[in-house]
Amino acid sequence: MPAPTKAAAEKPGAPEVVSRKAASGKISSIADGIYKDIIQKSKKPSMSFPVRSLQNVRYDTRRGHFEILGKKVTRTLSYTTVKTFAQSMRLLATTKNDLLDKDDIAGKREVYYNSKSWGECRFDEQPESDALLDDIEAMLAINREQLGYIPEERGGDVCGPIIVIDRDPSSGRPIRINCKELGTGAWSVPSRVEHLGFETKAKFILVVETASLFQRLVHHRYFDRANCVLVSMSGVPTRACRRFVRRLADDQRLPVLAFTDGDPYGYCNIYRTLKVGSGQAAHINRFFCVPQAQFLGVTPQDIKDYNLEDATHPLEEADIKRAKDALKNDPFIQHHKEWQKALEEMLRMGVRIEQQAFAKHGLNFVLEKYLPEKLKKAKFLP
Amino acid sequence: MTKKKKNAKKPAPERRASEEKATRQEEAAAAKPKPGKKGSVALETAESMARKQREISVSEFFLKNRHLLGFDSPRRALMTTVKEAVDNALDACEEAGHLPEISVDIAQTAENRFRVTVTDNGPGIVRSQIPKVFAKLLYGSKFHRLRMSRGQQGIGISAAGMYGQLTTGTSTHILSRSRNQKMAHDIAVQIDTKANTPTIISDDERAWCPEFFPTQPDGKPGKPISYAHGTSVSIEMEATYVRGRLSVDEYLKQCAIVNPHLQLHYRVRLMRSDDKDEKGPKTLPADETTPWISYFRGVNEMPPPTREIKPHPHGVELGMLMAMLKDTNSRTLQGALSQDFSRVSSKTAKEICERAKLYPNARPARIAHQESEALYKAINETSLMRPPTDCLAPIGEEQIVSGLKKEIQADFYTAKTRNPAVYRGNPFQIEAGLAYAKPGENEDLNAEEPVRLMRFANRVPLLAMSGACAMTKSTTGVNWKAYGLSQPRGSLPFGPMVVMIHIASVWVPFTSESKEAIAHYPEIMREITFALQDCGRQLSHYLSRKRRADEAARKRNFIELYIPHLALGLKEILDLNDRQEKTVVNKLGGMLERTHLDV
Repeated sequence: MPAPTKAAAEKPGAPEVVSRKAASGKISSIADGIYKDIIQKSKKPSMSFPVRSLQNVRYDTRRGHFEILGKKVTRTLSYTTVKTFAQSMRLLATTKNDLLDKDDIAGKREVYYNSKSWGECRFDEQPESDALLDDIEAMLAINREQLGYIPEERGGDVCGPIIVIDRDPSSGRPIRINCKELGTGAWSVPSRVEHLGFETKAKFILVVETASLFQRLVHHRYFDRANCVLVSMSGVPTRACRRFVRRLADDQRLPVLAFTDGDPYGYCNIYRTLKVGSGQAAHINRFFCVPQAQFLGVTPQDIKDYNLEDATHPLEEADIKRAKDALKNDPFIQHHKEWQKALEEMLRMGVRIEQQAFAKHGLNFVLEKYLPEKLKKAKFLP
Repeated sequence: MTKKKKNAKKPAPERRASEEKATRQEEAAAAKPKPGKKGSVALETAESMARKQREISVSEFFLKNRHLLGFDSPRRALMTTVKEAVDNALDACEEAGHLPEISVDIAQTAENRFRVTVTDNGPGIVRSQIPKVFAKLLYGSKFHRLRMSRGQQGIGISAAGMYGQLTTGTSTHILSRSRNQKMAHDIAVQIDTKANTPTIISDDERAWCPEFFPTQPDGKPGKPISYAHGTSVSIEMEATYVRGRLSVDEYLKQCAIVNPHLQLHYRVRLMRSDDKDEKGPKTLPADETTPWISYFRGVNEMPPPTREIKPHPHGVELGMLMAMLKDTNSRTLQGALSQDFSRVSSKTAKEICERAKLYPNARPARIAHQESEALYKAINETSLMRPPTDCLAPIGEEQIVSGLKKEIQADFYTAKTRNPAVYRGNPFQIEAGLAYAKPGENEDLNAEEPVRLMRFANRVPLLAMSGACAMTKSTTGVNWKAYGLSQPRGSLPFGPMVVMIHIASVWVPFTSESKEAIAHYPEIMREITFALQDCGRQLSHYLSRKRRADEAARKRNFIELYIPHLALGLKEILDLNDRQEKTVVNKLGGMLERTHLDV
């Protein structure tokens, strides 16, 4: 079962790691600028943030991810912004004094509850504090994990011939986790992965969309057969999951293959985000992308090749809209003719297909026939 | 019942005797022909019909049609009585040039019986006039002239007396003293409903002068005020006292608004019950010492005296024209036209005659029916100057505002007095006023309810029949949404507001004798609309000013709420000291206020 060679994976530039002290200093310098505006220049202070949307990203083909462009929004202090401005200041103060300077961590929801001690300035709903956290992250150009904020979403599950070297949080003593010997379970990606080390002889990483397919592959120890690391994303991959795959792929020079449902969401949201990042997080995409990823399936062509026409579902209104929108606005899709063809083919067929559809030909058809054949053919979408 | 009492009392005055004689003769004449009744039950002959035909006295007519005068229910009777008595008192004071001071005392005497006593500081009434004024319908100084005054027909107070007499058998008591008299007349009269003549029940003199007992705004009794002249009339009647929008309370309050020069004292004394918690049957007499409610004077100037005018030819109907030609003192048609009408000069009179193809020198009394029709037509074809309008005395914008301020707690007041205009040859003038309270600050004015419309004619509040009134129709016709109020289609606008409309005219066109609603003359409605629109514009200025001020206050609060947090954040990041933190707060406060609060 020939897999793509390690040399095929291009090595992207590793993202810089910002020290706590540097992050703390950046906050101080922004606050100092605001203070000087007020006291010395007697002018209304303002903060500027990069615009976080697909409109403000460029597909950087050399580095292989969405790179943020120069568009910025400036929030000048005014009647309408005074509340957000005050909340930003207090959140920055908390970030600097309580997290960075004290080497502590906090979840998004904890940030929200922490604000309840701010009196009138408190956040009324968690989405308010989440949005402000995104703003601050973009303004500082430091991802929030490095500021001490931990995501609450699950990072993704890992199984396969790999030893992850973690450390004991209190003592720093290294802990070796053999992901091959986890029984019927899997290892969960932690929220921060920068400190992890890897030892593996695997040939590639297989990232799958659904947990149920992951279960099937683990149950039958597919990772032994294919000598690969299995990662389950459960939908759009979290930052930690993307970062983990990236670090592992960079560190061990492994190719990455993605296996999602055959629908516009699987292509344009899950796979595209895994590979090049998102518009919403454009300012930190350079850390959270896996440029070496390639798309294994399910492709529209697979529907024909594997005679699955009767295991499809018609495209829904939202699917069609998503596909058309991607063709029109997504810089990644616009760059790749193959993807345009695939999406147009899907629109023409008017159907979508799920990973589980291969069960039509037998429950284990997917790991006994489909995956080996695809890997052998080694014709992947970019 | 009335007859029996009358017969038992004093002999009727001379005039009555002669009238009685005349009536007897008529009856005798009618009784003479006695056609046999056998066999002709259904058929009437001219003679038999003639026997049944007899003169109807005005008093009898109104006795049967008392609803026309506002005495159709016990509740309304009380209202109408107070209204007529107060109107008369005000007119009397104003004509004599006295700043009016009036008291209204309503005392319950039995379950459905009240005694209404209205006292004024007017000039008093001479002895010989008292019986006619108070016990003869259609007797008065106001019917025969075209002059702006509250009363018009001279029916009101006598009708009230008659109603009292009819329902309780009691007399109207009058106390009156004029400036030069040492003693006051103390007279009780009743009305002979058949002959429309007064019957004097008692006629004495006694020491009396009008005295008023004000209650100060703080609720303490003030110094009693007495005058050397004045009149007090007291009528006992079957009535019910009800509070609310159509009550005597409301009427008097509105009176005080529209007559800021009036000082008014008012009290209602109900019978009391034996129990302490007032639950048992009310048998004890009303409390003599009940304090008065006082409406104090807002301005010390009298309204300017009004002038009497001659009728304007365009407002005269054919029958009236013929009557006037018959009664004129002039010897020629031209003279009659120019002397008896306003705005007709000798030259114009000649022009009218020529147009009607009549000799200017013809004798007015001999203008025949056909000719008067031609004359009538000619008059209406001739363009004439509008009638003089200096006969009107509007309340005035300042006075309206002062009246509203006095009685209605509000935040914004405005008023508009329009220039005089003319309907059917009668000059009239429209005024409107507004009082807008901040929502929630005046518990009588609910922001979620229609505005309160107060209607006035010649300074008299109109309470009933608002739906039939031209003032209501005009108010609903104005687009109040344009001025910042909500207004459901075809209804009064909503808001914590009082709207007052006043019509001043030498002849107010009421829709009925009870004088509660103004007729829908297009000229009048147009003037009302214009006056309201003018007030509406002022209101809209006020509301947008208020909105801006509210907005600024809200912004200021908002800014002041968050700036300290911003400074605190900076302080924590940069390790500022308290003084630096304070400087940041002050500087930011100043900056934001300059740009956001339009100061």
